[in-house]
Amino acid sequence: MSSLRSRLREMHGPRAWAALGAVAVLLALLPLMGLPAHLVPLFGKFLCFGIAALAMDLVWGYGGILSLGHGLFFALGGYGMGMYLMRSIAGEGVYRSVLPDFMVFLDWKQLPWYWHGFEHFGFAIAMALLVPGALALVFGWFAFRSRIRGVYFSIVTQALTYAATLLFFQNAAGFGGNNGLTDFKRILGWPLHDPGTRAALYVASAIALVATYLLCRYVVTSRLGRVLTAVRDAELKTRFCGYESTHYKLFVWTLSAVLCGLAGALYVPQVGIINPSEMQPANSIEMAIWVAVGGRGSLVGAVIGAWIVAGGKNWLTNTIPSAWLYVLGGLFVVVTLFLPRGLVGLIPKLRLALAAVLRRRAGQPV
Amino acid sequence: MNTRDGTGVSHVPKTIKTAVFMGMAAAVVVFSPLAHADPVEDAVAIAIDGLAAPSEDKIEASIQQLAALDDPRAIPALDALCDDRLRVGADGRPYIWDSKTRDVRHPLTGAVVSPAPRPLKDVEVGNEMRRVALPALARLQLASPQAALRMAAAEELSKSGSADAAALLHRSLAREKDAGVREALALAVARADLAGTDPAARIAALDAIGKSGNDGFLSELQRLTAKNGDGTPVEPDARVAAAATRAMDSVKSHQRLVAFGGSLLHGLSLASVLLFVALGLAITFGLLGVINMAHGEMLMLGAYATYTVQTVLHGHRFYLLAAIPIAFLATGAIGAALERGVIRHLYGRPLETLLATWGISLGLIQTVRLMFGAQNVTVANPDWLAGGLEIAHGLVLPWSRIAVVGFVILVAAGVWFILQRTRFGLQVRAVTQNRPMAACLGIRTKRVDALMFGLGSGIAGLGGVALSQLGNVGPELGQSYIIDAFMVVVLGGVGRLTGAVAAALGLGIINKLIEPAAGAVTGKIVVLVVIILFIQRRPQGLFALRGRVEA
Repeated sequence: MSSLRSRLREMHGPRAWAALGAVAVLLALLPLMGLPAHLVPLFGKFLCFGIAALAMDLVWGYGGILSLGHGLFFALGGYGMGMYLMRSIAGEGVYRSVLPDFMVFLDWKQLPWYWHGFEHFGFAIAMALLVPGALALVFGWFAFRSRIRGVYFSIVTQALTYAATLLFFQNAAGFGGNNGLTDFKRILGWPLHDPGTRAALYVASAIALVATYLLCRYVVTSRLGRVLTAVRDAELKTRFCGYESTHYKLFVWTLSAVLCGLAGALYVPQVGIINPSEMQPANSIEMAIWVAVGGRGSLVGAVIGAWIVAGGKNWLTNTIPSAWLYVLGGLFVVVTLFLPRGLVGLIPKLRLALAAVLRRRAGQPV
Repeated sequence: MNTRDGTGVSHVPKTIKTAVFMGMAAAVVVFSPLAHADPVEDAVAIAIDGLAAPSEDKIEASIQQLAALDDPRAIPALDALCDDRLRVGADGRPYIWDSKTRDVRHPLTGAVVSPAPRPLKDVEVGNEMRRVALPALARLQLASPQAALRMAAAEELSKSGSADAAALLHRSLAREKDAGVREALALAVARADLAGTDPAARIAALDAIGKSGNDGFLSELQRLTAKNGDGTPVEPDARVAAAATRAMDSVKSHQRLVAFGGSLLHGLSLASVLLFVALGLAITFGLLGVINMAHGEMLMLGAYATYTVQTVLHGHRFYLLAAIPIAFLATGAIGAALERGVIRHLYGRPLETLLATWGISLGLIQTVRLMFGAQNVTVANPDWLAGGLEIAHGLVLPWSRIAVVGFVILVAAGVWFILQRTRFGLQVRAVTQNRPMAACLGIRTKRVDALMFGLGSGIAGLGGVALSQLGNVGPELGQSYIIDAFMVVVLGGVGRLTGAVAAALGLGIINKLIEPAAGAVTGKIVVLVVIILFIQRRPQGLFALRGRVEA
């Protein structure tokens, strides 16, 4: 018991725990506190982005691995959930067939083998987490083993994402092609358009976000997390100290993919569609900018960065659509040139500046 | 379908149509005095009048009569019939509608009939009638003095062909001198002989078909080599069946060869475009240690520069030549400005460079979209790049693709020359190998950086000029090539021009060779897996060199 308490203390100080608890309760209760009903799915979406940002920060901020393929893991998780949502309403589609509508449209006679089992919620959730995890494990094992690192790794992950996008765009792949999976009706028997179900999904996302945060915090404050940071800063030296850097990287890379899959699985029922454009390389790079804006190597910063960028995108694409790409592009440039530690990196600087001002005031009476 | 004025869509193949048009004019000029001299209504005139008959059977009978009469004066009327330009006047006689001058002409003399016997009615030409009329027309045209017309006629006859045309075709072949027409005639003869009964003639015909490799005979050959339900061959004569099998194999292998050649050329031109991008990347990524995600956009900007030049020069014949230096300078200047403004501050931080340049690429895409619109624009091939070189039957190498391949060879040679044979290239290589030492020796390394970045971007701009000749130009053009181009650089080994050339060739050609068999997506995935496996074996690429990336 005391070891658990000391472990918790390692993760956060008492004041930080209290703040975290307050934020968690606030987040979860937001729908009850007058958040307009039409904004609930939007905010739920942001919570999912927060989870994905945490996953991204884990590999990039702490492991130094810039992945340009996290959009793929996110979308794979989303497809897992989407397949459940399609299968759970078998027989209620436009064509009244047990097959999903798009398969009837393509004149398929039976369900492809990889669709079996997805009518069970538990199986679908497990797949939404395991498939991205397994893909990451295999891909990472090959890549890290042959010491593909830095920009090479980024480029190869981008190519992987690109190939997967092309694959999912195909009708023959069996995932609805261009249109993806949509026209969902119910999740676990609850109608998706019902405000109560939406609020429940929102709360589930909030809980998942807090849990993911705690897990990531646990990992980065552990011995493993410290070795990981050492690998990020000086891989060769860490290897010479006797740590097999490949294993550490592979672990955090796979964990990150699983978390991304979770985010995708929660995302899809709230937006009501999943299609291949969700896994386009550009989306993965956008995830990197969430973390870069918030601050690499800071879990809270990653989440805040995701919210600021996603919120800004939501607002700008509605008001001045043509300006959004300029803003996004400008963010990439400004953040990398002037804010290498992100917005969170500004806090110590501001604190120092404030302290200096206060000191000067104290020294020189006005 | 009733009140058409003669501009209706024609079902006649285009080659015939143009040939027929020229031939018709000639025929009118040559034969009209004769028709004037002999105003008596002869058999030809009667048969032509029959073309205006109310029943289809009667029209078909008239067509066959015209074919049997073998008189070239019937050509304009038959041609008009096939081309939906034959009209029935108020007097119940046929007239030809001239869609160019909008006149009504006499079917035999070609003279303008004025006033026109209105109302004019269309002659309804069904598929059955066309099947009869086209060979009849072609037979008459075989006697034409114009080689192009005879060629078109021979091609038409080799498509349909019946045994009774054999004698006529043999005669034509015997007196034909033009080599191209002889070839077409030989096929027509083969078609006619094949439909006949003489086994020796049929075997000879099959051999001729096999030699030509013409795939128009495939269904015929399949019928000859097929087996009945009880396993006996459809063709009773074993020797003919064997010859048919031989011909079939030969045609099929020719087809495979053509398909392979086509894939090879497509692969080569893809490789050329990849090489344009990869040459620039090999310089910026390899020599400067910088990941430039906006590099693909230089390709796009080069293509838009070509489009702008085309628009400004109103599509002048040689606008493309003017576009080459303009695209190079424009993209080179943008690249150098990028280096000065952004990338310079990020040397040694490759991941940050990657993100910043991605941001720049977003801005460039959006700017182009706002300036030129989100839709694709078309850059036309100038007339001296239109058409192609026919290497074998069915295998045409478009000049534009040949020019692109030649252009990339020139550019690659130029880059090699700059790097290996000029003072500037020497400085570049010195900076690449050891920056501080080069700086100590008085090389202005920052200037070298900016110039190299400009050169790399300019080469991508040249790639844009080339790409504009191969397809449409859109704001997202660069995005589709950048990933492949990075694969080329990774595969070829960072900073190696030879590696980039070899990898671009390999990737481009493998991609296009896999595509027909497995589909574009599977091709991409296979290539990606191959690259990942390859990097397992040789992380340093095909041709390794120590560059700043590794330092």
